[in-house]
Amino acid sequence: MTYNINDEGYYGEFGGAYIPEMLYPNVEELRQNYLKIMAEPSFKEEFDQLLKDYVGRPSPLYFAKRLSEKYTTKIYLKREDLNHTGAHKVNNTIGQILMAKRLGKTRIIAETGAGQHGVATATVCALMGIKCIVYMGEIDITRQAPNVARMKMLGAEVRPALSGSRTLKDATNEAIRDWINNPVDTHYIIGSVVGPHPYPDMVARFQAIVSKEIQWQLKDKEGTTKPNYVIACVGGGSNAAGAYYHYLDDTDVKLIAVEAAGKGIHSGESAATSVLGREGIIHGSKTLLMQTNDGQITEPYSISAGLDYPGVGPMHAHLYKSGRAEFISITDDQAMTAGLELSQLEGIIPAIESSHAFAVFEQKTFKPDDIVVINLSGRGDKDLQNYIEHFKL
Amino acid sequence: MTTQVNMNRINQKLKEDKKLLSIYFSAGYPNLNDTVSIIENLEKSDIDMIEIGLPFSDPLADGPTIQASSTQALKNGMTTDILFSQLKDIRKTVSIPLIIMGYFNPILQYGVEAFCKKCQEIGIDGLIIPDLPVDVYNEQYKSIFQKYGLINVFLITPQTSMERIRFIDSISEGFIYMVSSASVTGGRSGFGDEQTSYFKRIADMNLKNPQIVGFGISTNETFKQATQYAKGAIIGSAFIKHLDKNRLSKISEFTTSILN
Repeated sequence: MTYNINDEGYYGEFGGAYIPEMLYPNVEELRQNYLKIMAEPSFKEEFDQLLKDYVGRPSPLYFAKRLSEKYTTKIYLKREDLNHTGAHKVNNTIGQILMAKRLGKTRIIAETGAGQHGVATATVCALMGIKCIVYMGEIDITRQAPNVARMKMLGAEVRPALSGSRTLKDATNEAIRDWINNPVDTHYIIGSVVGPHPYPDMVARFQAIVSKEIQWQLKDKEGTTKPNYVIACVGGGSNAAGAYYHYLDDTDVKLIAVEAAGKGIHSGESAATSVLGREGIIHGSKTLLMQTNDGQITEPYSISAGLDYPGVGPMHAHLYKSGRAEFISITDDQAMTAGLELSQLEGIIPAIESSHAFAVFEQKTFKPDDIVVINLSGRGDKDLQNYIEHFKL
Repeated sequence: MTTQVNMNRINQKLKEDKKLLSIYFSAGYPNLNDTVSIIENLEKSDIDMIEIGLPFSDPLADGPTIQASSTQALKNGMTTDILFSQLKDIRKTVSIPLIIMGYFNPILQYGVEAFCKKCQEIGIDGLIIPDLPVDVYNEQYKSIFQKYGLINVFLITPQTSMERIRFIDSISEGFIYMVSSASVTGGRSGFGDEQTSYFKRIADMNLKNPQIVGFGISTNETFKQATQYAKGAIIGSAFIKHLDKNRLSKISEFTTSILN
């Protein structure tokens, strides 16, 4: 059994490309070319070079001594927060902008929720001198003003999504509609392991650098490529997909996925898709999603804008359903507390998304000789206002 | 009602020696219980076929007008069950072909077979599900649709390859929904040379299924352009805009303005 994607574009029963015919040529062009392009030596060379010199990879695998002492286990942090633009998102946007260039595309569109993927996309578009349009929910534009300013400073046009709930899912809808209207010259840089096949697989492959580095870094430090656990937060699931990728089929390595429970799983304000979701179709993919009995997609809630998505990528739906990964839900309060703890024990202020992953240590006990790798997917600068309000700093 | 009768309503209509006008509206809009009244009014106004939109929270292929009517219909309380109960006696008063157009997720949640069975009981003739891919339909759902006498209508666009159009033609059993241009619904205000040559290119393929053009038809002029080569045309956004202004009172004025 494999937990990776099959030839038809499915992870188990999840995935596929449930798209209107209008999108078929675009998605099919990508499907036919993405593996070929990624295998080209010149692509690999350019991708690797940019990850090294522009993004600053490899990101350190840091042994968190004080955190480890507190929880009497061995905790390593994969420092994606140290990447250029402050999160793992840029690994994917670098890959996709190179892909877009090779496909001859001259216009880039993207969706963004909190603005992290929007900034990472605007960044690589500036780097390559390609026109960039980012769709963002009207409500998020007001909530995330600094990232809107960053995107504009980088030369991107930020278009408000005015439909539906005017947040991430609607920004994604608007980006898809833009792609329908501009099928020839445009590439859509999706920010997570969601959307129609081949997006979940392509994004996972670009993020796979994370687990590839963990393997050799851990070998250097512990003499083994295999941790006992890999922990990552999951919204759409791109940082988790990257951290799991090279361990997917190695069941010696246990995978823990951390979802946002918001104000409590059953509070009506939550984004815990594995618990609250059912199988269905969202943004072209068959996966688990939060919806009404009638199949209308519902609006999730989390204090973390990056986890505030009503579905999960099909890889994660499969990891959940097959039991390969353990899913744990963490509330806003638990996450914020864990973020404060990491700040004061290790001198690292994490993004609130990543704080959810750190809250696992209060929920689950690890053995003293367990090696636990946790993906610190982003830095907390963007969340300072939230931390200030929460802790009355 | 037998399968044959169902199959024939769309196919018989397609045999008529005239250009067909089909109208789309979002069920539950403007008001939750307008559905039957709109359908009856449309039939009285010489419309040939009706697409009843099953509202969805995230209509990817639709422009602002249909999005807004869909959102409002959901706010009004429309659900799949309510739509079916509104339509339960529709065949007592309406005889033109009725098609349900909706996105796949609500149908999947209802249960594809249960949905199709219900459609047959009511007298629905076909379905248009833009985000149900052709191959998935072919492999997983075709036999269910056929069992309940439902025609599944597929879309083609100016970007669809000739080879794929031939394939879609081979598995279609009613008509092909020909999307006029690279656009979401309600996106254009007229057709240029590019569309006209696309319409002609498709006509020249001599497909076994007639084509009905949708997206961007809003006036008598665009209706004529669209049907110069194709068998008919579908109007959605423009009709919904008309409903916005006039509610249900002047439906025949709208259809007359298109057909005159």
